[in-house]
Amino acid sequence: MSALLDVEGLEVGFGSRTSAVRGTSLTVERGETHCLVGESGCGKSVTALAVMNLLARGGHRTARRMTFQGKDLLKLNDGGMAKLRGNAMAMIFQEPMTSLNPAYTVGSQMTEVLRRHKGASQRAATDRAADLLARVGITAPGLRLGQFPHQLSGGLRQRVMIAMALMCDPQLLIADEPTTALDVTVQAQILRLLAELQRDLGLGMLLITHDLGIVARVATRVSVMYAGEVVESAATAQLFADPRHPYTKGLLRCVPVPGKQRQDEPLGSIPGTVPRIGPGFAGCAFRERCDFADETCAHIIPRHAASPGHDYLCRLPA
Amino acid sequence: MFNFLIRRLVVAVLVAATVMTLAFILTRLSGDLATSIAGPNATQADIEAIRQAYGLDRPVLAQFFDWVGRALTGDLGESYFFKARVSTLIAERMPITLTLGLTGLVIALVVSLPLGILAAVRENTGLDRVVQMVALFGQAMPSFWLGLILMITLGLNLGWLPISGTGSWQHFVMPGIVLAFSAIPALTRLTRAGMIQAMGSDYIRTARAKGLSRASILLKHALRNAAIPVVAIAAVQLGFMLGGSIVIEQVFALHGVGFLAWESIGKNDFPVVQAVVLVLAVIYVALTMVADLMNAVLDPRLRGP
Amino acid sequence: MSVAVVNAGPRRGWKSVSTWIGAIIVGIAVLCAILAPALVPHDPFAQDLDKRLLVPFWMEGTDPAYILGTDQLGRDYLSRLIYGCRISILIGVTVTVVSGLIGITIGVLGGFLGGRVDDAVLFAITTRLSIPVVLVALAVVGLLGSSMTLLVLTLGLLLWDRFAVVARSTTMQVRNLDFVAAAWCAGCSRFRILSREVLPNIASHLVVVATLEIALAILLEAALSFLGLGVPPPLPSWGLMIAEGKDYMFFSPWVIVIPGVALFVLVLGINLLGDGLRDLFGTHRTDT
Repeated sequence: MSALLDVEGLEVGFGSRTSAVRGTSLTVERGETHCLVGESGCGKSVTALAVMNLLARGGHRTARRMTFQGKDLLKLNDGGMAKLRGNAMAMIFQEPMTSLNPAYTVGSQMTEVLRRHKGASQRAATDRAADLLARVGITAPGLRLGQFPHQLSGGLRQRVMIAMALMCDPQLLIADEPTTALDVTVQAQILRLLAELQRDLGLGMLLITHDLGIVARVATRVSVMYAGEVVESAATAQLFADPRHPYTKGLLRCVPVPGKQRQDEPLGSIPGTVPRIGPGFAGCAFRERCDFADETCAHIIPRHAASPGHDYLCRLPA
Repeated sequence: MFNFLIRRLVVAVLVAATVMTLAFILTRLSGDLATSIAGPNATQADIEAIRQAYGLDRPVLAQFFDWVGRALTGDLGESYFFKARVSTLIAERMPITLTLGLTGLVIALVVSLPLGILAAVRENTGLDRVVQMVALFGQAMPSFWLGLILMITLGLNLGWLPISGTGSWQHFVMPGIVLAFSAIPALTRLTRAGMIQAMGSDYIRTARAKGLSRASILLKHALRNAAIPVVAIAAVQLGFMLGGSIVIEQVFALHGVGFLAWESIGKNDFPVVQAVVLVLAVIYVALTMVADLMNAVLDPRLRGP
Repeated sequence: MSVAVVNAGPRRGWKSVSTWIGAIIVGIAVLCAILAPALVPHDPFAQDLDKRLLVPFWMEGTDPAYILGTDQLGRDYLSRLIYGCRISILIGVTVTVVSGLIGITIGVLGGFLGGRVDDAVLFAITTRLSIPVVLVALAVVGLLGSSMTLLVLTLGLLLWDRFAVVARSTTMQVRNLDFVAAAWCAGCSRFRILSREVLPNIASHLVVVATLEIALAILLEAALSFLGLGVPPPLPSWGLMIAEGKDYMFFSPWVIVIPGVALFVLVLGINLLGDGLRDLFGTHRTDT
């Protein structure tokens, strides 16, 4: 059986000058959480939006293969894609404060998904919405259904977004930095909720984050993105134990580990910034910041397999 | 919200009071009213008689407070020329002006909303440019001239619509179109800007992520938010249109309040003039308050937590 | 030192074309206004009852001496049109100067001083907006008799609202910027801050408002003259020309078409130019 989501060679450009995603491949299996990590601007969110076909105006995507449940997403027109979105594949966003429509009640925004995709009655949809609000840990769901977004806190709104994404029992949930905009205590709650829902409902989840702490806690697989490319992909334990790409190594050095690190030892950092990549760029995008770079890094870089299911994009041998 | 309304009400009353004062001063500008009322052939005795009959011999302040006191009870005085109560005159003519204003507003909205939405959806395309050009053309169009041109083309040459008068609903179509022209540019631009802003917002991305139909995204989720400023401005525009209808009423011989005011100005019938100024100002102030209320209805955030 | 930096970046295609069209229209109109006595082929006031309602050049039976024909009193239409342009521009500019002085003063004071003064300014703007402009202008002219000076003063006293609104809001924005705070700290006087820091930084916005106001004043003058309570006859205001031609419009439509088109084109040109200026000035300001 094919993977739930299978993307190969995804390219996204904005206009003719910027390539945001350059040949990204990733798969999400049923029931696993695949984390996409990287610095801001590396193309993680654009990858997710490209999969959902939600790119902003001017964004253009191509791919060698992009299938969902074996269905070719590249062949679907807008209408066909709209039938999948919010139904079999759902997405939640980084900004809970602005992602809900201020003019409609929580209930109205939740029920319209079920009514649209499953043709449910208003009554059945309201019941389902109330159940799901309770499921995501919202007390007094009946009251909340009648409220407007501005009457809810950020954490509550993100819970509403999650519940709304679950209305049609999706197979795949894409979560784009779902906790970044929230308070630290709320972050932990939302993360726990997502992990729990993923396990209980057997969701395939594509979780986008820049936080390796989150990755360590919830991910089955990790793909590290840098400047529009996946530079390393592995099962979580493997990646943390045996990082191969210099960028991954650098990222991991930036995370303080209590007990392992001495008080006076400085935290790692990666010098420089992410370069802006235009079309026609060749070689390793990380070479400017890499300690191991030499002149061969300006040419085509091979993808090495460190072990089955663990590959990375670097000239350094396995 | 309640406090806000109370504040608005206080401001409205103050504005009305100021306008009353200004309207009173306005009619005293010409100096001796009795002379102008009496006309060029009157004798000194006639003028004296008129001065006494209309109470113009009393101190100006006494006249002012007398007028204000009566106006507060709904008594706007008596017309010198029509020999009738001003409030009756205005009440008789008001339906025509209101019909005209509302017709104009409806036409303006029916044109502006689709144009603005279309331009926003096709932002930066040829269609968008055409819509912006339409708005610019509308802004530059002298309304009275457009009225005359429509009379020649639609009325005389094509014979589709009656040229002047108030006999049937068709009589209001041409003046309505002309009046609408004054509001279309602003309403179209506002709709376009609001829709562009809404379409770029996070909640529209959410609506798309939910797989909603294009119609629902545009008309339910985006338009509802884009319409909030449009509705407010539409109410205010109606106020401007009622004030501006004096020109249109004259062109199309619609005997509304504007026509009444125009006649009265020609006859030095100052109680009517100051009353019409006051009534139009009060209607405008009331409409701005209606706009605030409609905003509160459309935007739940204004209703408080 | 701070300067409003004009965002004069490259502007593309049709926008710059439309700005140029506007500039050309306005340029021609201003030239006509200034050079009117030299340009006119006939005396615009000279009546010739034998040559009444001659048709313009595109119709059958035209008189080549009168390119745009003559009006109901046999006066040359082209000459009257050129003088009418002079009147429109004169009134548009003078009204805008008067209303600009009033509006900018009120708006800047409200925006700069804030508090009670600003409340009063807001109240004045609200009151002004509630007054029906056309009606009050008609009443003033009707009671005091029509003259150019009175018309300009009346319209100037009525049309300051947009200046005040824009001056107030832009002054508020500028007041809160860092360089103004720096000037305060450096001990500059209020007057110095107003004249050296605030006014230069809001000037571009006010220029855009001024173009819109000139266009509005021209349209209003035409409407008032059309109603017989604007520019006194026999002055050839375009509004008055339309009013005088109204009685003949069903038989000789061109008598209202010509001045109406002139009015429309001039106002459109001013608006196009204003739109172009708005884009040109942008709202970009750098504080250095």
